[in-house]
Amino acid sequence: MMSEEIIKDVIIGENEDYIINLGPQHPSTHGVLRFEVCLKGETVKYLIPHIGYIHRGIEKMCEANTYPQIIHLTDRMDYLSAHMNNEAVCMLVEEALQVEVPERVKYIRTILDELNRLASHQLWWSAFGMDLGALTTFFYGLRDREHILDIFEESFGSRLLHSFNTPGGLMHDVHPNFQKRIKEFITYFKKKLPEYDQLLTGNVIFQNRSIGIGNMSKETAIAYGVTGPSGRGSNYSCDIRKIAPYGAYDKVQFNEILETGCDTFARYKVRMREMWESLSILEQLVDNIPEGDFTAKMKPIIKLPAGEYFKRVETARGELAVYAVSDGNKSPLRMRFRTPNFSNLFVMNEITAGHKIADLIAISGSLDLVIPDIDR
Amino acid sequence: MLNRQELTDIIRGFEPDAEFSEGTQLLEAIVPAEKLFTLTEKLKSDKRTALNYMIDLTAVDFTTHFTVVYHLESTDFRHMLVLKSIISDRENPAIDSLTVLYPTAEYFEREVFDMFGIRFNNHPNLKRFFLEDDYGYPLRKDFRDEVNIIER
Repeated sequence: MMSEEIIKDVIIGENEDYIINLGPQHPSTHGVLRFEVCLKGETVKYLIPHIGYIHRGIEKMCEANTYPQIIHLTDRMDYLSAHMNNEAVCMLVEEALQVEVPERVKYIRTILDELNRLASHQLWWSAFGMDLGALTTFFYGLRDREHILDIFEESFGSRLLHSFNTPGGLMHDVHPNFQKRIKEFITYFKKKLPEYDQLLTGNVIFQNRSIGIGNMSKETAIAYGVTGPSGRGSNYSCDIRKIAPYGAYDKVQFNEILETGCDTFARYKVRMREMWESLSILEQLVDNIPEGDFTAKMKPIIKLPAGEYFKRVETARGELAVYAVSDGNKSPLRMRFRTPNFSNLFVMNEITAGHKIADLIAISGSLDLVIPDIDR
Repeated sequence: MLNRQELTDIIRGFEPDAEFSEGTQLLEAIVPAEKLFTLTEKLKSDKRTALNYMIDLTAVDFTTHFTVVYHLESTDFRHMLVLKSIISDRENPAIDSLTVLYPTAEYFEREVFDMFGIRFNNHPNLKRFFLEDDYGYPLRKDFRDEVNIIER
């Protein structure tokens, strides 16, 4: 007969660690990621993330591929920020070769950056609401995201992984409807975005589940290298678009969104306000795209001069830094991607310990993790 | 924000053995592996430099030696510095861990260990990260995997 004490030990984990695995196939991780969670009752004692389930060796593959080929690999890291990832490699090559890209290219790239950021934040909002039990958000978010994907499809032929950038410019010019469709989308989404707030932001259940949960101080964010909206929710100014402007970001007026709440709700508010900011950037750029070539003149075979190059951009999730070492050949000697999600993930233990296991889902949702970006 | 020359002078003051590369995109200081920890500690705590954010830590295999590369930035002043250390011992490469100074280094270092087999002294949890224990070190140039990798 099992004594009551043994049952207590096993179920509640009073006297020893009670460990469960969250993932690798748990829906709330949005991919193949496993959290080894140590519980005491329902409270998380500590948490260890285990990664590598979708490791494809992109950095090793880069060593055998040419620079235009590498661009297609970068899509597959953070598939929701595909355009920004492409742009980082393209700008690295352009800076290394000292190629001046036409103004038209810069404007179109910046517009696409912001459209991609919007699409990414919409999907995040949909999934975040769903993680916390508000299933309606998923339909609202995906419905509006379709409009952006349609614009992408019309111009590049693909909806998600559009390797539209090449070193020196773009694959081809955008569709004649491009500007018209974006303006239509801005008018449409400006009406829909307040609905997002009405549906979720003011909801009492949602607020109780997110305010005061997962506190991350500014010091913690810097120490763990948390960037992007997750870092800015802790009042940490880390927007690469402001620190080192690229593309047409120095020609537009926009604010870096900072929140001082430091909790899950603050990270939520940063992304909601960033959507308004992205719309404002789009409005400023869409009517002012200069005429001109869609690409600079490039040699057919791209060889970077021997040396080391470093370029960083702001993706929808934070800072992506590309570091390339070239020995003068058409493939790099070493290509390194410092991806935002890798650093953002490992702060989880720090900010989850002491919270309930249901809050773990809220916290990991608020960090907006994309797993292929962690594993590369 | 400190300019290149000011930053160079400060590092020379801390570490006379540091060498500087010419004509690079960012300021690069090459320091001996055994002095890396003390220098980084000073650069982080000094009020003028305040390099408190580690952007990236990685390694490069130059076939004759490994170079461990640290990209550091100050979040207050926004100046950047690249620190490099050369490890010539390919059989048993090792360098001091910076986990005490930058918590994020723990995971970057584990990745470098996983991919290059470089050991980090005083690391709290140096285990394989992405790959299995017997896989070898794939980002080394002498790594051969006949099954999965196509040579060009």
